[in-house]
Amino acid sequence: MIITRPRDPARIVENLETVGARSVFIVGCQQCATVAHTGGEVEVGELARFLTERGYEVSGTEVSEVTCHLAHTRVELRRHAEELSTADAVIVLTCGAGVQTVADAAPETPVFPGLDSAFLGNVIRNGVFEERCQMCGQCVLDLTAGICPVTTCPKGLLNGPCGGMWDGKCEVMTDRECTHVRIHNRLKAQGRARSQGSSIPAKDYSVKLKPGSVNLRAQRERARRKSGGDR
Amino acid sequence: MSRLREAFERGEFVITGEVAPPHGTDVSKMMRSVELLGPVTHALNVTDNQGATLHLSSLAASKAILDAGYEPIFQQTCRDRNRLALQSDLLSAGTLGLENVLILTGDDPRGGDHPQAKGVFDLDSTQLIEVAAGLNRGKDMNGAALEGATNLHVGAAAFPEAEPWDIQFERARGKAEAGAVFFQTQAVMDIDLFSERVAELRSKLGVKVIAGILLLKSGRVIDFINEKLAGLMVPDEIADRIRGASDPMGVAIELATEQVRALRDVADGVHIMSLGSDSVVPQILRGAGLD
Ligand code: SF4
Ligand code: SF4
Repeated sequence: MIITRPRDPARIVENLETVGARSVFIVGCQQCATVAHTGGEVEVGELARFLTERGYEVSGTEVSEVTCHLAHTRVELRRHAEELSTADAVIVLTCGAGVQTVADAAPETPVFPGLDSAFLGNVIRNGVFEERCQMCGQCVLDLTAGICPVTTCPKGLLNGPCGGMWDGKCEVMTDRECTHVRIHNRLKAQGRARSQGSSIPAKDYSVKLKPGSVNLRAQRERARRKSGGDR
Repeated sequence: MSRLREAFERGEFVITGEVAPPHGTDVSKMMRSVELLGPVTHALNVTDNQGATLHLSSLAASKAILDAGYEPIFQQTCRDRNRLALQSDLLSAGTLGLENVLILTGDDPRGGDHPQAKGVFDLDSTQLIEVAAGLNRGKDMNGAALEGATNLHVGAAAFPEAEPWDIQFERARGKAEAGAVFFQTQAVMDIDLFSERVAELRSKLGVKVIAGILLLKSGRVIDFINEKLAGLMVPDEIADRIRGASDPMGVAIELATEQVRALRDVADGVHIMSLGSDSVVPQILRGAGLD
């Protein structure tokens, strides 16, 4: 899930001042931002209180089911059309994707982010999140015993360890085991020690050019046309 | 041809030293070190933004040393450049007449003077060694032919005393298979352990190994190594010897001299890191019978 962090409230207030907003509508999300404890019902309520105490009017709130889903969010915001029309600004407590979805769904109103998007995180347990995948577009977990060197080695080395590894510990994050030592040990324990001459080749960053896009409908359409044409 | 490579080929015991480019454009202090160390060594390592702190490029400093008539070992880390810049700098080295290159991962920017910097690490050191070997064959890393190949003498770092050794050995093997022909090691601490492992590197990988010697000139230096330098720990008996001495520098010189002498039968050479006390290097070498 996407891990978000709260933004400095002073920055949010500053944002509102740039458009002279007095009335504000707040959007949260029932997915990641709820699990991250940054944009669920609770946090949306807290922000509403914070703004009310500072003299703002909160015209309404909505914790959407999946805020980054454009069609869904359009429908949900339509239900709040009146509250939205009286709002001078919208604050969105979701990842940057959700903020942009709301901005597209309500293009007439200034929309501001209420959170900073941090990383794609594993939920280790409630409230403890760790980054394990940077979505590099070309997964090497098949070669690394299910441990990602791109993300969990602070230097992102595919072949390691680096010279700073000491007694199995990482040079940069000294309280952690070196990723490459973990990889090596797990491969060995599974009897899959890497064969000779098998350094992992350099990554191809062209598979991860931004902005990423996948269009399954177009893909299916192309496939159908192709098979139709062959017949 | 690289004088270092020639010395290896003649089976000579090689001596390398180390100089740091300035934090600025004035190379006069570095050149004073070069004038001291150059005449008593086969080659001088020229660090690349060492410790992730800003310095004149190793490329420019290496060229200055070459022009002064000495032999540089151009160090290149993977931290600050992507694959285009790395290859471009290796080609530049070729054009400038630099042959020895030591390829390293590089320290993380978080520990340096620009902690805000993005650590690039587009390639890791094994991958960059392979690229350098390719440039020597006249091919860039995509296999496209070059107008003029390099003639790089490619080295890498090895950590003979670091645990776990099986992982360290595999790592060294990866580098040797990628094309590294010589290794420079981290500072020797335990000569017996070091000897055993260097023997394995030399015999199994067929590479030349230059042993690192660090001048432990004071208790402060020892504290610094133990606390700040990942991957190094000064053994108690050595630390006590320096700390208990009335003249720590004298003892440090003695210790380094003993180490150099002992390593003559263990390694293909020594790399002396004098931590700024360059003037004692000739004394150490003389003491070890290497002048
Ligand atoms: S290699 Fe790591 S960053 Fe890349 S996709 Fe796999 S887990 Fe994610
Ligand atoms: S010690 Fe291991 S995990 Fe840490 S930076 Fe070096 S290679 Fe990466």
